[in-house]
Amino acid sequence: MPVLVFIDVAEGHVKKASFEVLTYGADLAKELGTTAEGVVLGSTEEDLNVLGKYGITKIHQVKNSVLDHFDSQVLTNVIAQVAQAIGAKVIVFSNNVDGKAIAPRLSARLKAGLVSGAVGLPDTSNGFVVKKNVFSGKAFANVSMTTDVKIIALSPNAYKVQETSGTALIIPFDAKVSASRVKITSINKVSGEVPLTEAEIVVSAGRGLKGPENWGIVEDLAHALHAALACSRPVADAHWRPHNEHVGQTGIAIAPNLYIAIGISGAIQHLAGVNRSKVIVVINKDPEAPFFKAADYGIVGDAFEVVPKLTDAVKKLRGTS
Amino acid sequence: MKILVCISKTPDTTAKIAFTNNNTKFDTAGVQWIINPYDEWYALVRAIELKEADASTIIHLVTVGGADVEPIIRKALALGGDEAIRVNAESHDSFYIASQITAIAKQGGYDLLFTGKETIDYNGSSIGGMVAELLELPFISLATKFDLAGNKATVTREIEGGEEICEVELPVVISCAKGVAEQRIPNMRGIMAARTKPLKVVEPVAAEVLTSAQNFGLPPAKAGVKLVPADNPAELVRLLHEEAKMI
Repeated sequence: MPVLVFIDVAEGHVKKASFEVLTYGADLAKELGTTAEGVVLGSTEEDLNVLGKYGITKIHQVKNSVLDHFDSQVLTNVIAQVAQAIGAKVIVFSNNVDGKAIAPRLSARLKAGLVSGAVGLPDTSNGFVVKKNVFSGKAFANVSMTTDVKIIALSPNAYKVQETSGTALIIPFDAKVSASRVKITSINKVSGEVPLTEAEIVVSAGRGLKGPENWGIVEDLAHALHAALACSRPVADAHWRPHNEHVGQTGIAIAPNLYIAIGISGAIQHLAGVNRSKVIVVINKDPEAPFFKAADYGIVGDAFEVVPKLTDAVKKLRGTS
Repeated sequence: MKILVCISKTPDTTAKIAFTNNNTKFDTAGVQWIINPYDEWYALVRAIELKEADASTIIHLVTVGGADVEPIIRKALALGGDEAIRVNAESHDSFYIASQITAIAKQGGYDLLFTGKETIDYNGSSIGGMVAELLELPFISLATKFDLAGNKATVTREIEGGEEICEVELPVVISCAKGVAEQRIPNMRGIMAARTKPLKVVEPVAAEVLTSAQNFGLPPAKAGVKLVPADNPAELVRLLHEEAKMI
């Protein structure tokens, strides 16, 4: 009755979020006294055996060209077949874009309880209780699942990846694959940039920057730190920056290791989207900006003077100046 | 064309989050309730835009909740939509709620089902996917753009570091994120019209509850900000490197 971990692949490459869920799945299996196995749908360009270093023993791979394109209906159907064939009791996803589409479908298909946005291992001392974020990160809930099969969708960047030694056995799985009703016509990726939801460091700016023409200093800092760019809601609403950079309660919720907020006052709605960041740095010329109350480090000063100096100091540290 | 828009009631984005009854219940004292922003700003407004483009479109709203949801659903009707259905049940379990919406969807024979990408209270992002599975329909999640030409929808969805554009034939379930539409403010005519629009109350169908929140808590408060002088950003870099070990 193993734990089954969904290994998310995009364009042949295993996503970073998958390493977190593999580590989580392996630790969960230990807690439950069983083993963790993975499932990969579609073909990959990478060697999957090495994923054993995250603590899983077997990977079931279903190769079928239909599965190389994302369709939650088709993928759910195949994962359900694998889960039933191996008798999985807990199925783990990342609560990333793909997990948010598949996990609820699988929950309905298998009548399996789902906790999405989990932030830790379940407490199995009295039932099966998983901690998750609620109220957009302003609080957490402990959610109990009583169904025979359970599904956990783990918040990205909530569980530390651990590598050990070991290789996983790749087992081809012969699944019935239905035709897809979704035709993907194009995939547009911004090349060379760190995806916001996967980024360990995020540099974010707000109205304090005064206009889109001033983003150069923010981009320079982000580049020096290998960070992703983000912005506040007013900035996205004014079309200074694209919507996909808007973090906050009504944008994207993120939980990077380091969040640097420049010229953002820190309205409660913005904080809700970023308050799970491990360390928060705030740069704002207004010492009364509410964001300072939620920050670990701060500089009260003019962004146009502080940020270029900060970038220089980062470059110096990294030896790239 | 018939569209079903799923509406949820949530606390206002500025609401104080606190819990009562030994941390087992959300403290509703003094809380202002709103339509879940994703349901309102994106899902509902996009449906209204589709009706503006094709007047024969019929929009139904569905919500699962007690009588206290009615002011919220009236506000949604003031923005647009032809009638609302309230399933008279209270639950926070996504599967139970999805089962109720599925029952309504089956009766209504909708071409298009819209949800917000998630609610801002329980953050489950589950209803759209569950309903799609129960109805055996395609599901496009986190849509940032939605266009319709006849029976074919062209949808852009967020993916890590970019976007994916796909085509799908109706019927389909779509969860809407920022970009699909722009927030609107209800006007007086809409508010007056909403008073006489039908709001049907139906009893729930039998459905399983798969999860239950046992208790809640608040994250620990920050210890306090450590300020660095504005003329010495290098000190901040040193602290982030040596103390926080983040860079």
